[in-house]
Amino acid sequence: MSWMRPWALALCLSTLGWGAAEAVDDPQMATPQDRQWLLPDLPPHPDDNVPSAARVELGKMLFFDARLSSERNLSCAGCHSPLYGWSDGLGTAKGFRSKVLGRASPTIVNAGYNTIQMWDGRRATLEHQAMGPMESMDEMAMNLDALFAWLAVNPAYRAAFAAAYPGEPIDKTTTSKAIAAFERTVVSNDSPFDRWLRGDRLAMTASQVKGFRLFTDPNKGNCAGCHQAPNFTDNGFHNIGLASYGQENPDVGRFAIKPVPSLKGAFKTPTLRDVALTAPYFHDGSATTLLEVVAHYNRGGAVRTNVSASVKPLSLSNDEMRDIVSFMEALTTPARPFTLPRLPAN
Amino acid sequence: MQFPQFHSRRAAAGAVVATATCLFAALPAQAAEHVLVQKGKAFSVKKLQVKVGDTVKFVNEDPFAHNVFSLSDAKSFDLGSFGQGGSKTITFDKPGTIEVECAVHPDMRMVIEVGK
Repeated sequence: MSWMRPWALALCLSTLGWGAAEAVDDPQMATPQDRQWLLPDLPPHPDDNVPSAARVELGKMLFFDARLSSERNLSCAGCHSPLYGWSDGLGTAKGFRSKVLGRASPTIVNAGYNTIQMWDGRRATLEHQAMGPMESMDEMAMNLDALFAWLAVNPAYRAAFAAAYPGEPIDKTTTSKAIAAFERTVVSNDSPFDRWLRGDRLAMTASQVKGFRLFTDPNKGNCAGCHQAPNFTDNGFHNIGLASYGQENPDVGRFAIKPVPSLKGAFKTPTLRDVALTAPYFHDGSATTLLEVVAHYNRGGAVRTNVSASVKPLSLSNDEMRDIVSFMEALTTPARPFTLPRLPAN
Repeated sequence: MQFPQFHSRRAAAGAVVATATCLFAALPAQAAEHVLVQKGKAFSVKKLQVKVGDTVKFVNEDPFAHNVFSLSDAKSFDLGSFGQGGSKTITFDKPGTIEVECAVHPDMRMVIEVGK
């Protein structure tokens, strides 16, 4: 039987009813422990914003409507576009009159699963975050009084708000709730990795499975130390030693929100779901490819000032780095049809 | 060294010390050391009562970095970040309520009540 690998033998025995031996040694098969990475079908929602078709549809309209910006040319989707993995493909975002902003547009994919929002965690929930870009003079720069006055007299929007939040005013609360309800529908949980977790042992290649093992091994990649199950984030903040932190007056990130010295230069761990669609990478957009990202961590970062204790040289080989990249490429949920909203006339 | 999830020992003369993992000779009389573990992205207890002069040692048993800080009026401190197996100790020198957090993981919170 030397020609037969142990896991193959286990599978053969399994088909003969020897279930106890099933797949125990199959390196290609997900283990019960691996299934901690399976996401719930839907993100949690606040008690006062239970999702409904009307709320999601209203939120989608608002999300794609550039008339929510002062010059009526910049919508939420301008920076969080389904064409670019719900980001924008830019190193850092462009806001009001194409002003180049300091940070990359984070994807909204699976944002509903996160317990804290934005690169610096300044907003706890999607509801709290939704109005921020409209109010920022660097972004959509909207006069909210004018916005709500317009929404209130627009027949289609008035009807949509009434259907979504009957008896409630058209204001910041209902507008942000609707946008948040829509954002919670942007979910990636059917990638090759997810199918592999659910038992399809061939959904990932051998390289991708090896990459996953390297990703989670504390003595190898240790990526899962921060990109934790199930949404590939610890909802935490880390200074990862980017070169930009060594520049004069660097972006201090979380420290501006929580003035604790350890947090200088720390930013939130982003999800890696659909990450192959959201280049460039890091909060400053300084990495063009996923291989550059892994190589950065393999070096232990570029600037050691205030760097996280979790960032240190890894000694990964080139093949191992490629395996980890290959694994991250298995985190993309196949494209599904997406119907754009029909926006109300002026 | 494996610590239990939580323990404390008071160094009063003649007191029975349940565990012996540290030396107390340098501590003032009546001072105790309490050990809190950070594991599974959580502090081992949500609330801890100590007395003025007691120390609390935070031990990281997760395979990633944690931090301990507080911005409370009663005591503001930042013990910095430390990796697996690392620990930080702090002495509480006046009474009050101290909200302790991990700067890395905002979901990690606990409260220390310092009594006289």
